[in-house]
Amino acid sequence: MAIAFALILVLVVVGSVLFHVLSPWWMTPIASNWSYIDGTITLTFWITGIGYIAIILFMAYCVFRFRHQEGRRAAYQPENTKLEWALGIGTTVAVLALLGPGLVVWYQYIEVPKEATEVEVVGQQWNWSFRLPGKNGLLGTSDPRYVSSDNPLGLNPNDPNGQDNVVIDGGELHLALGKPVKVLLRSIDVVHDFYVPEFRAKMDLMPGLVTYFWFTPTRTGTFEVLCAAFCGVGHDAMRGSVVVDNESDYQTWLRKQHTFAELSARAKKASLTR
Amino acid sequence: MVDIGAAEGIPPAEVEDVELYHAKSWVTKYVFCQDAKVIAIQYSITAISIGLVALVLSWLIRLQLAFPGTFSIVTPSNYYQFVTMHGMIMVIYLLTALFLGGFGNYLIPLMVGARDMVFPYVNMLSYWVYLLAVVVLVASFFAPGGPTGAGWTLYPPQAILEGTPGRQWGIILMLVSLILFIIGFTMGGLNYVVTVLQGRTRGMTMMRLPLTVWGIFTATILALLAFPALFVASVMMLFDRVLGTSFFMPAIVAAGEHLKYGGGSPILFQHLFWFFGHPEVYIVALPAFGIVSDLISVHSRKNIFGYRMMVWALVAIAVLSFIVWGHHMYISGMNPPFGFFFATSTLIIAVPTAIKVYNWVLTLWRGDIHLTVPMLFALGFIVTFVNGGITGLFLGNVIVDVPLSATMFVVAHFHMVMGIAPILVVFGGIYHWYPKITGRMLNERLGQIHFWITFLGAYLIYFPMHYLGFIGVPRRYYELGETAFVPASAATLNVAITAAALIVGAAQTVFFFNVIWSLYKGKLAGGNPWRAASLEWQTPETPPGHGNWGKELPVVYRWAYDYSVPGAGQDFLPQNQPPAIPAR
Repeated sequence: MAIAFALILVLVVVGSVLFHVLSPWWMTPIASNWSYIDGTITLTFWITGIGYIAIILFMAYCVFRFRHQEGRRAAYQPENTKLEWALGIGTTVAVLALLGPGLVVWYQYIEVPKEATEVEVVGQQWNWSFRLPGKNGLLGTSDPRYVSSDNPLGLNPNDPNGQDNVVIDGGELHLALGKPVKVLLRSIDVVHDFYVPEFRAKMDLMPGLVTYFWFTPTRTGTFEVLCAAFCGVGHDAMRGSVVVDNESDYQTWLRKQHTFAELSARAKKASLTR
Repeated sequence: MVDIGAAEGIPPAEVEDVELYHAKSWVTKYVFCQDAKVIAIQYSITAISIGLVALVLSWLIRLQLAFPGTFSIVTPSNYYQFVTMHGMIMVIYLLTALFLGGFGNYLIPLMVGARDMVFPYVNMLSYWVYLLAVVVLVASFFAPGGPTGAGWTLYPPQAILEGTPGRQWGIILMLVSLILFIIGFTMGGLNYVVTVLQGRTRGMTMMRLPLTVWGIFTATILALLAFPALFVASVMMLFDRVLGTSFFMPAIVAAGEHLKYGGGSPILFQHLFWFFGHPEVYIVALPAFGIVSDLISVHSRKNIFGYRMMVWALVAIAVLSFIVWGHHMYISGMNPPFGFFFATSTLIIAVPTAIKVYNWVLTLWRGDIHLTVPMLFALGFIVTFVNGGITGLFLGNVIVDVPLSATMFVVAHFHMVMGIAPILVVFGGIYHWYPKITGRMLNERLGQIHFWITFLGAYLIYFPMHYLGFIGVPRRYYELGETAFVPASAATLNVAITAAALIVGAAQTVFFFNVIWSLYKGKLAGGNPWRAASLEWQTPETPPGHGNWGKELPVVYRWAYDYSVPGAGQDFLPQNQPPAIPAR
C-alpha cells in the first residue's frame, strides 16, 4: 500500500509535468506589446513548479521510507526552529522573486505612454460599441442620461469636442499597427469586461466609472472580443471584433466612418421627414 | 487526584448531576436538542444534503460544457442558475456550515474538555436558523422565475436587472437566505469562540489545544468579523431591488429604458463582498488546516512538527486574510495603484501558508506512517492544496492575473484549493471521527476505493482545466461556440473533464453506503481505535453521553501530540494521563 501510494504520487508529479510540456493547450500567439506578462507567467511556472515537484516528491519519499513496519517507532522532535526559519526565509525569497518583476510590469501596465491615442469602448447588454476622437484628439463628454435610439452611446450633444467623434455602433473596431492606444471603457448598464485573449490585457467596464488600460497592437489581423465579466443571460454571446490594420488600410477604413454630428444630423432629418 | 489550578474561583472538577440538565423527551433529545454533539450531526446532515444538490448541479453544468445544447433541461437561464446555486451552496451552505457547525460543534467541547458549548440554547437556535436559511434557499428553486442566476458573487447591477435569470424572486430569496445564514452563524460562532476561551478544562492551556481547535477557533473569529460585510451588502442590495434605493446602482439604461436608479456604486458592492469573500476562503481553509494537522500527526504516530509555528501561522494567515480582498478586483477598475498593495499582501500570505505545508510533510519525516483511510485523505489534501496554492501565486500577482482572471484557470484554481482540498479533509475527518460518533469503524476497503476515485478523479478534472484558462476560455460561458483562438481539441478535453466529474460524483455513493452500512454492521471501534492522544478519545463512554465526561471533568497534563515519546511504553500518551513522564 505504502509503496503503491508513493509510486502514484510520483506518477502524479511526472504526469503533471508531461501534461504541461506535451499538451497542445497553451496561450494564444501574442498580438500586443505585453510579452512581459507572458514572461512573468513563465517565471512563475518555473519557481512554483520546482516547489510543487520538490514537496510532492519529498512526501512520496517519506510515505515510502517511513511506512509502518513491525518495530518502527517515530522520532520525537517537537520542533526545529532553525529549519523552520530557514524554510520560511527561503520561501520569502522565492515569493519576492515573483512579486518584484510582477510589480514592475504592473507599473508599466497602469502608466499610459504620452503618445497613446484614446479609443472608447462602450458595453451594453449584449454588444460592443466604439468611439474614436476627432482631429483634436479629444473625446466629448457623455452620460447615460443622453442615451436614446439616435444617440446610443449617450454623447453630450452640447459638447463641441464630441461632434467630430467617430461613432461605431455595433461594428468592428479598427486599430493601427504599432500605435499605442489607451482604451477607455464605459458601460451604460451592467459590468462587462473587454477581453481579447491575444492582447493579454483586459479591464472591466464598470457602470458609473470610466476605466482604462493601454496596449500596442503588434500584428495585423482580426481578433475576437469577448466579455469576461458575467453580464446576464446573453453574456456568452457578447462578441465583437478588433481589426489591426497597417497605417494605409487604417486610414481607408477611418474615412468611411461617420462622426457623431453626421449621425445626429441624419437622425434629425429622418425625424423631420417622418 | 493531582490538583492543577485549584485556585479560588475555579469550579470543582466534580459536579453533581443536575436533574433539569438532561433532555427529557425524544423531541428535546433529537430535534430541539441543546447537546452540541446532536447539533453537530444536524448541521452535518443538513449541509451534506444540500451539498448533494450542488453536486447534481455540477453534473448538469459539466454536461452542458462537454455537450453544448444537447440536454434540453440546460437552457442558458438554467445554466447560470445552476452555476450560481452550485457555487453558493458549496461555499456557504456546505463548507462553512459543515466545518464550523458540524466539526466545530462536535469537536470543540470534546477537545477542550468541556461538557457542552457555553450557550447551549443559543447553539440550538443557531442550527434552526441555519435550517431556515437552507429552506429559503431551496424555496427559490420553486419560486416564479427560479433561483437567481447572478453568479455566486451576485454583482450588481446585473443581479437585480431583467437580463439576469431569477430577477423576480430568486435574488430576493437568495439575499434573505444569506441574511438568515449570517444570523444563525453568529449565534453558533459566538459559542465556539467563548467555549474555546472560557470552557477549557483544567490544565488545557491555549498552547495545549489540538490544532483542529485552533483552526476552527481562528476561522470562527474570521467569520464573525467578515460576515457582517456580506450582511450589510445583502441588506443594501435587497433595498435596491425591493425599495428602489440606489446603494449599488448608478444611472442605467437597460434595454433602451432609462431606469430610476442613479448615484450608486457597483464597485462598492464588490469591496464589501470580497471583504467578506476573501476571509471566507480561509473560513473554509483554516479548519481544514487544523484537522489535517491532527490526522497527519495521529496516523504518523508523531507529534505535529513545529506546533508553535503552526499556531502562529494560523493567526498570521487569519490577520492577513483581511487585507488581501482587492486581489479579486484587480481588473475591476478600482484605483490602479491598489494593485501594488494587494499583490504584496497576497503574496506575503504564501509564506505562513507554505510553512504549514512544510510542517505537514516534516511531520511525516521519520514517522511511523499508517496509511489508514483518514491518512490517505490527509495526504491527498496536501497534493491538491499545494497545487491550488501555487496557482494562487499566479492569480495573486496582479499582472499575471490580468490575462488569467475570469478564465477557466480561476475556476480550476479555486476548485482545487477551496473545493477539492477542504472536501478531502471533510472526508478524512469523517473517517477519523466516525468511530467516536457512532462507536463503529467505517469499512476500510470501501474507504480506500472512495479515496482513490475521488482523489485521482478530482485531480484529472481540475489539473487540465487550468490549461483551458491559458488558451483564454472564459468562465461562466453557456456556450463558447466557434472561436478562432480556441483549438477544436479543447472540446475533447471538456468531454474528458465531464467524464471524470460524473465518475467522481457517482463514486460518492460508495461513501454514503459505507456510512449507513457501518452504522449497523461496522466493526466495533472501542473508545480509542486510532490510539490518539487528544481529549475527545478519552471519554468514559463511546459515543460520548450528554455532558461528555460523566461525573468528573478530565484534567490535562500535556499537549495533544505526545506520540512516540522516548521512554514511554506505548507510542502515545493521552492528554489526561498524569506525568509519570515529565509533561511538555
